[in-house]
Amino acid sequence: MKQPLLTVEDLTVEFQTRAGIVQVLDRINLTLHKGETLAVVGESGSGKSVGAFSIMGILDPAARIRSGSIRFDGMDLLTSSAGDLNTVRGREMAMIFQSPATALNPIRKVGQQIEDVLRRHGPVTRREARRRAVEALAQVRIPDPERRYHAYPFELSGGLCQRVMIAIALCCQPRLLIADEPTTGLDVTTQAAIMDLVRDLGRERNMATMLITHDLALAAQYADRIMVMHAGQVVETAPTDALFSQAAHPYTAGLMKATPTEASSLDELKAIPGSLPDLKGSLPPCRFAGRCERRESRCDDPGLALAAVGTDDLHRVACRRPL
Amino acid sequence: MRTSWMVTVGQRLLEALPTLFGIILVTFVLTRSLPGDPAVYFAGPAADAQSIAETRASMGLDQPLPVQFGRYVQNLAQGDWGVSHNTGRPVIEELGRRLPASLELTLLGLLLSMAAAIPLGVLAATRPNSLVDHACRVVVTAGVSMPVFFTGLLLVYVFYYQLGWAPSPLGRLSFMYIEPPKVTGLYLVDSLLAGDFEVFRAALGQIALPAITLALFAMAPIARMTRAAMLGVLGSDYIRTAKASGLAPHTVLFTYALRNALLPVLTTLGMVFSFLLGANVLVEKVFSWPGIGSFAIEALVASDYAAVQGFVLSMALLFVSLNLIIDLLYTLIDPRAGGEAT
Repeated sequence: MKQPLLTVEDLTVEFQTRAGIVQVLDRINLTLHKGETLAVVGESGSGKSVGAFSIMGILDPAARIRSGSIRFDGMDLLTSSAGDLNTVRGREMAMIFQSPATALNPIRKVGQQIEDVLRRHGPVTRREARRRAVEALAQVRIPDPERRYHAYPFELSGGLCQRVMIAIALCCQPRLLIADEPTTGLDVTTQAAIMDLVRDLGRERNMATMLITHDLALAAQYADRIMVMHAGQVVETAPTDALFSQAAHPYTAGLMKATPTEASSLDELKAIPGSLPDLKGSLPPCRFAGRCERRESRCDDPGLALAAVGTDDLHRVACRRPL
Repeated sequence: MRTSWMVTVGQRLLEALPTLFGIILVTFVLTRSLPGDPAVYFAGPAADAQSIAETRASMGLDQPLPVQFGRYVQNLAQGDWGVSHNTGRPVIEELGRRLPASLELTLLGLLLSMAAAIPLGVLAATRPNSLVDHACRVVVTAGVSMPVFFTGLLLVYVFYYQLGWAPSPLGRLSFMYIEPPKVTGLYLVDSLLAGDFEVFRAALGQIALPAITLALFAMAPIARMTRAAMLGVLGSDYIRTAKASGLAPHTVLFTYALRNALLPVLTTLGMVFSFLLGANVLVEKVFSWPGIGSFAIEALVASDYAAVQGFVLSMALLFVSLNLIIDLLYTLIDPRAGGEAT
C-alpha cells in the first residue's frame, strides 16, 4: 500500500483550565491517503475540531500535546519550526472553518484576503495575484467574481462567505483539505451546493479531504471512510459502506438510530442516553461505558485499543463487546 | 465617495446643533446662578449702590434673564462672543490668541501618549503575563491614580530643579526668543515653516514637560483599550483563519489584528481627548502655559460671564469637531460604518 499523505499516531491533547486538566484527545490514530475523503463524526465536544486544529498547528495556547506524532508527507508537523509550518499551511494543507461570517476578516475585501494567501505562498506579481484571486472566486462558482472581489464579508450571504473561505483554502492547490463543519448555519440547499463544491474540487485535484461533521447522513453521502469519535477517543473507523451495513460499536449504532432518514418517522428516532462524560480527572478506559447498555465488568479492564472487526482490517472498533 | 463624505459631514454638523444649543443654554444658566455679582466686582471697591446699578445697566445685567439670553444668542449668531470684562477685549480675540497654545499642548500630549500606549498595549496583548504585560499594568495603574498636577510638579522637580535638563517651566517660549511668524499659531509648526530650528528647539524644550505630563495621564485608557481590543481580536475566528492560511506573523498581527483592534481604540480617543481638555486647565496652571485653561480660571473667579461662556462654547465646538474627525476616520478603517449608513 502506498504511503499515506497524513498519519496521526497516538495523539493525546490536554487543555489546562482553571478547573483542572481536561483530557480532550486520547491516543488518536488516523491515516489519510491522496484523493480520499475521510469523515470524522461525533457529537459536539468529542474532540473532532481539536484534532483538526492539532494538525493545522492552530491549537489554543491553553492546549498541550502530551504525546503522539503528526506526519504530513514525511514532515513531522509537531517538531517543525513555526516558519516551516507556515510554508506548509495554506499551501500544502488548508482548512475551512464553520461559521464563515466570523471566520473572514470583517474589514478587508474578500479578494484581498485571497491575495494575501497567494502572495504569501509564491512569488507572484500584484497583477498576477489579482487575476488569480478573481479566478479563485470564479472557481467556487461565485457569480460576478470581478465585482465580488471588492466585497466585504458583511456584504455577502453566509453561503457566499463559505465559498470565499473555500476559495481562500484552495487558491494554492493544497493536497490536504480539512473542512470543519463547513455547512453549519447554512440552509439545506446551500449545504448541498457547498458540499458538492468541496467534493468536485477535491476530485478534480486528487486532494485528500478530512470532513468534520456531526451529521452522519452528510458523512455517508460524501465520505469514503468514516471515523467515529466519542469523548476524545476514536471508537470505530470503517469504510462508509461497512460502517452502515454493520456498525460494531454501540455508540455508532446509537448515532445511526438517532439520525433521521427519509423512511423513518420522528417517533422512531432514539436518543443516546446520558451525555459526554466530564473529561476532567480520571476516566475509564472506555469513555462510553457510562452511557452503554452493553456494559460489563471487563469493560473497565485497562488496555482498550482499536481491533479489526472480522477479517476486514479497514474496519476497526474499540470495544470489548462489539455488536 | 466624496459626495457621500460631504453628506456625512453636513449631517453630523446638523446633528451637533441641538447639542451646541443645549451647551449654550446650560452654560448661560450656570454662570448666572454662580455666587458673585459681576456688577459689584467691576464697579470697584469704592462704588456705592448708585454706581453699581449703573454698571449693572451698562453690562445689560438689569434685564430679565430670557431677554439677556435672547440677546446673547443673537450676538453669537452674528459672530459676536461678547467682551471679556476682565481684560476689556473681545472674547473671540482672547480665545483666538490662547487657543493655539492649548491646542498645541493637548494634541502633542495625545500624540505622545498614542505613540507610547498603542505599542505597549499590542505588546502586552501578544505576550500575556510577560514583563511587558506587567509594565503595561503598572503604567495604567499609575496613570489612573496620579493626579495630573502632581505628575507635572514631579516632572518639574526632577527634570528642571534636580537635573536641570528642562528650561524653566514658564510659558511657551523663553523670553530670549522671538515667537515665530504666526501661520497656524502652533509654535512647533510655525517655527519649522519659518525654517527657524533654534526657536523650534526652544519651543520643544518648553512644551516637552507639560506634554509628557498630559501624555502620562492619557496613556492609561489608551493602553488598556488597545490591550483589551487586541486580546479580543487575537482570539477571533478570522485570526485563526489567517494563521491556518500560513500568513506571516507580521501580516497576522498588523494587517489582520491591529487594524480591527484600532476601531474601539479610536472611539476611546475621543473620550481621552475630552479628559485631556479638562486636565489641560491644571497643567497650564503648573507650567504657566498661556492657554485658554488659565484664561478660564481667571474668568470664573471674576464672574466674567462672556469669557466663561466663550470658553465652554469653544471647548464644545472643539469636542464636536474632534468627534466628527473620529467618525470620519472610523469610516475610513471600517467599511461597515461607510457612507451608505445615511
